[in-house]
Amino acid sequence: MLDMGEAFGVAVALVLSGDGDLMEIVALSLRVSLTATIAACAIGLPVGALVATSRFRGRGAVLVVMNALMGLPPVVVGLIVYLHLSRAGPLGFLGLLYTPAAMIIAQTILIAPITAALSRQVIEDMHAEYADHFRSLCLSTRQTVQALLWDARYALLTVALAGFGRAVAEVGAVMIVGGNIDHLTRVMTTAIALETSKGDLPLALGLGIVLMILALGVNALVHSLRLTAVRQAYA
Amino acid sequence: MREAIIHGPEALIEGATPASNLLPLRVEGLTLDLGGRRVLDGLNMELGPTGCTVILGPNGAGKSQLLRALHGLLQPAAGVVDWNGVTPAQAMSRQALVFQKPVLLRRSVAANIDFVLRSRGLPRARRDDLLDHVGLAHKARQPARLLSGGEAQRLALARALATDPDVLFLDEPTASLDPASVNRIEHIIRRATLRGARVILVTHDIGQARRMADDIVFLHGGRVTEHAPATRFFPHPETLAARAHVTGGLVL
Ligand SMILES: Nc1ncnc2c1ncn2[C@@H]1O[C@H](COP(=O)(O)OP(=O)(O)OP(=O)(O)O)[C@@H](O)[C@H]1O
Ligand SMILES: [Mg+2]
Repeated sequence: MLDMGEAFGVAVALVLSGDGDLMEIVALSLRVSLTATIAACAIGLPVGALVATSRFRGRGAVLVVMNALMGLPPVVVGLIVYLHLSRAGPLGFLGLLYTPAAMIIAQTILIAPITAALSRQVIEDMHAEYADHFRSLCLSTRQTVQALLWDARYALLTVALAGFGRAVAEVGAVMIVGGNIDHLTRVMTTAIALETSKGDLPLALGLGIVLMILALGVNALVHSLRLTAVRQAYA
Repeated sequence: MREAIIHGPEALIEGATPASNLLPLRVEGLTLDLGGRRVLDGLNMELGPTGCTVILGPNGAGKSQLLRALHGLLQPAAGVVDWNGVTPAQAMSRQALVFQKPVLLRRSVAANIDFVLRSRGLPRARRDDLLDHVGLAHKARQPARLLSGGEAQRLALARALATDPDVLFLDEPTASLDPASVNRIEHIIRRATLRGARVILVTHDIGQARRMADDIVFLHGGRVTEHAPATRFFPHPETLAARAHVTGGLVL
């Protein structure tokens, strides 16, 4: 077994050389998590906007549940999706278990509550400011929601990035429904877990480095979005 | 067909004819509670079919909240607001309100107008005329939220005019404008009145009230303490509070 310093050196070389296996794993990770993020936004943003703009009985309970769901443990989500997709499960006939599609479904379920709860907060604040103007214009709920989603676009991009960050870094859900099959469902986090247990530290570290760079990139993007929004007074 | 607000001076020649059947307005016993406080207290008022009514009154008299209640944005605790047989909620779509603190969307100046036009299914072609009208044509592409206070108020007015409202509520529309802009806005309001729009204007500018008002409503302690034609109100304000307000005296 290599020592830490050596392993790190090999890992950096691996990343810089654009190693085929490594790149394949990174690409699948990005494909799965980006798709899940888009799906989670498609579900979460309208839900968040609707809850933000409407008043109904039991709204407080809905908010509590939405916020609680943000903390869903990935392994539990993985388990639930597994039970549905396994051959004996209600959706078993789809044959999706151990495919990237199953991983996308699991991650979507994992982060949809995040996009819904965070966008609810963002949009509710904005709606408090716009409500009188919109009511004066006699806008329909649909028009109101559309306008709020558009005006909150910078903040909502940040919400989407928060969801992506969580998806790309989780290991429990994709491990259970994807199975970490080489060349098929192996993503960065599951590969790191496996290679570490196998003792192949360079690959694990190399993937770890890529993951860190990704996290850094996401945060840099969030930061620059915020700056842009402030500069244009759209924050 | 009614004349659009943005038509040229020839529209000025004809006298003011009522644009709609939303008037007369009858308000009876209007009572409004906000945050446990009684803001309006059994307010009575009647407004005729045409012209410009100016609402005067000290800070906190309830002028802004009265406009909201008339427009249907606030639900009164008691009383009736009757727009010639229809409720404020039913009349709302034919009215426009320029808020004391204009709420501008996080978009460009032009997009703020486009939004209103689109929401009413009106042609976008009107936008440039409207911006030109309030002297903001050169700022069309700029983010609306970077406008100065006076420019923001002018944009809010253009936005309100965009829908060609029958009733136009203006809450201190010239509060932070330079003298030239005040002139310009007053001209625009006058034109809207001549076109037949019913204007209800709140202002602290007594000079403006003299220039614009056909009648004056004086609000004090949540009630209308005086309602008179401008020609009578200014030379002979009846109540002590109104007299003090007009002359800049202090009444508590
Ligand atoms: N949401 C609210 N909750 C509690 N009190 C309120 C609320 N909104 C307004 N008020 C109170 O109602 C009173 C009337 O307010 P309003 O804004 O109508 O005054 P105004 O006549 O427009 O004053 P100004 O000339 O300063 O604009 C004020 O005393 C204000 O504090
Ligand atoms: Mg006010």
